[in-house]
Amino acid sequence: MPANMKTSAEVMLDVLYENGVRHVFGIPGGNSIPIYDALTNHPLNLILTRHEQGAVHMADGYARASGKPGVVCVTSGPGATNTLTGILTAMMDSVPIIVITGQAVTPNIGLDAFQEADILGMSFPAVKHSYMITDPQDAGRIVREALHIATSGRPGPVLIDVPKDISAALIDPSVEKKRNLPGFGDIPTASEESLEEAAALMKRATRPVIMAGHGVILSNAAEELTALAEKMAIPVTTTLLGKGSFPDTHELCLGMPGMHGTAYANKALSGSDLIICIGGRWDDRITGIPEKFCPHARKIHFDIDPVEIGKIIPVECAVLGDAKASLTKLLPMLEAGDTSRWLKQIDRWKHDYPLKYRKEGKLRAQHIIEELADMAGTEAIATTDVGQHQMWAAHFVKSTKGCNWITSGGAGTMGFGLPSAIGAQLARPEATVFSIVGDGSFQMTLCELATAAVNNLPIKVLIINNRYLGMVRQWQHLFFEDRLTGVDLEGNPDFVKLASAYGIKGFRVKRSSDVRKTLKAAMDWNKGPCLIEAVVERHDNVFPMVPAGATLDEMIIEAPRRKKSVEED
Amino acid sequence: MEQSKKHTISLNVSNKPGVLTRIALVFARRGFNIDSLVVSQGLTPEFSRMTIEATGSDKTLHLMLTQLNRLVDVIHAVDHAADDVIQRELALFKVNCTPDKRTEILQISDTFRGQTIDIGDDTITVQITGNSSKVDAFSKMMAPYGISELVRTGKVLMSRGSEATA
Repeated sequence: MPANMKTSAEVMLDVLYENGVRHVFGIPGGNSIPIYDALTNHPLNLILTRHEQGAVHMADGYARASGKPGVVCVTSGPGATNTLTGILTAMMDSVPIIVITGQAVTPNIGLDAFQEADILGMSFPAVKHSYMITDPQDAGRIVREALHIATSGRPGPVLIDVPKDISAALIDPSVEKKRNLPGFGDIPTASEESLEEAAALMKRATRPVIMAGHGVILSNAAEELTALAEKMAIPVTTTLLGKGSFPDTHELCLGMPGMHGTAYANKALSGSDLIICIGGRWDDRITGIPEKFCPHARKIHFDIDPVEIGKIIPVECAVLGDAKASLTKLLPMLEAGDTSRWLKQIDRWKHDYPLKYRKEGKLRAQHIIEELADMAGTEAIATTDVGQHQMWAAHFVKSTKGCNWITSGGAGTMGFGLPSAIGAQLARPEATVFSIVGDGSFQMTLCELATAAVNNLPIKVLIINNRYLGMVRQWQHLFFEDRLTGVDLEGNPDFVKLASAYGIKGFRVKRSSDVRKTLKAAMDWNKGPCLIEAVVERHDNVFPMVPAGATLDEMIIEAPRRKKSVEED
Repeated sequence: MEQSKKHTISLNVSNKPGVLTRIALVFARRGFNIDSLVVSQGLTPEFSRMTIEATGSDKTLHLMLTQLNRLVDVIHAVDHAADDVIQRELALFKVNCTPDKRTEILQISDTFRGQTIDIGDDTITVQITGNSSKVDAFSKMMAPYGISELVRTGKVLMSRGSEATA
């Protein structure tokens, strides 16, 4: 090999490393061997996963915990298609990841070659952008562009498909090609008029609510948000993905709105005269039927992505741009209105309708979730899967930082919890990381226990085991006359034995009186990961709940006393 | 149900494989049927110009345009429904035509400034250029004779005067 030549795979890895990437998640195959070969003596650290979906969720968790892009490298065909669920998850939640897929050699593409899949074509509706490298000399430029696209503006996943002959080709790395993205790059900045209008609306409002979303976290605008809320004395509800953008412990915090939001957040939205949405997208789990969503409130929407303006809810005032930049400009323009009566009303709602559960008798999921979160502290990182346990975690985990709460919101991807915790722990080795998972979700990616064990990551995995796909069971119970179909997870493994098979310490807790003792032992466990199986009450439902198609003020605040009585109510 | 309207959208895009698919996916996902589509290299080889006619609601159109503009390969996408722009379309009509009908058909074709491209024993093939309504009108005039084949290029447009086409 001529001294100054490198394979294009090496150049790609070099560019990643130069841009601060330290870990690559993935599993190799025939068509990605040249890339893995380049990893052999490379300073990039390979995290070998057991499944490609796990690799993408790890990169996702890594990105959310660190604010830096997560990188995945897998092979072609099924290796590539296995990443699609993870890519969709990152797309829906605006997470910057780069997915590099191997591909059949160039002359074989389109000929149904072994392990060939048109992953580029399949990626189109699920990525921010995607590439196939056709000229090895473009490798460095494309990786640089991909990093730029993934992390600029509204973040998102970028896929790079690399045919095997291209990744193996030798190129001169000193020939650098410039970034060439004529259709990308204009990040909007807030106009003076829109900011003045927003300030005027805020001053006039007597019952305002801020709804803070993921955009606040992505733009690192938590400080500005707190300044806004405190200066104007406006309560803040944080969406599932915006959790932590405003401290859960703050007296102005209302918790989560929407389908399983707190009663006081939903009552505040329903009763408000102004909703200020910052970096959120009026998701249907919050707004329900858009025409019926808080029709009497005016709405201001801060967003960096013009697509989101008016997509679901028409707004009186749109402030386009980065949340931090917009709020920084807005703050000195603001004059506080009078919200004192409103805040008193909200305090009454908080007092009258608290989130609650029973700590005695049968073990409740909420109990062990809240205890674990309290023991881990507000500096710890929590990840979740999707379902009932996720909603309970959203209720009872207290987040004070956005990057400490990692969950799959938009896509609602089961199997996200464990791998995203692995990614988060690698991103922040000193942090305590715990993952709250359901028995159903956990089994979708449990093979990554091996990845956690091999890398000796001290993650605490709490399995909320009700031997049901609980959220679906809840819907079938409440809205389908208790016709339970396909939700009984009979045949679950013994999770403690399963952990032990991976060389992982397992705990089991069945009684509420044992919660503290068991969790203490788990928190003190310092030899790699541990798993806590909580065998919980099987038939608990998540409340409050806004039934599908209902408005926020029609929420069911507590479990109905009679079973199956919801529809009669 | 919102009323569907026909829109003409022009796009300036990167001239790369796959771009058309990305764009077509946005139309399909928003429930817009593409009525006609013209794609060709623009002034420089790096860019292509697309003109797409599609039917759908105004509200969806606005959302779709922002979604099109969000694509990395789209330099810009603009709707021209309300603009006064130059519009042209070319169509080839193969019309059933026995020798006794030729004069009649040629007279009508002349009125539309049609060009006769081919004459056979039973058919005549005419080329019509103009805006889409002119092509529609000619089609209506030929219908009684029997149109055996019709190919339309789809609409292309350009702004008037020194203004650059968006």
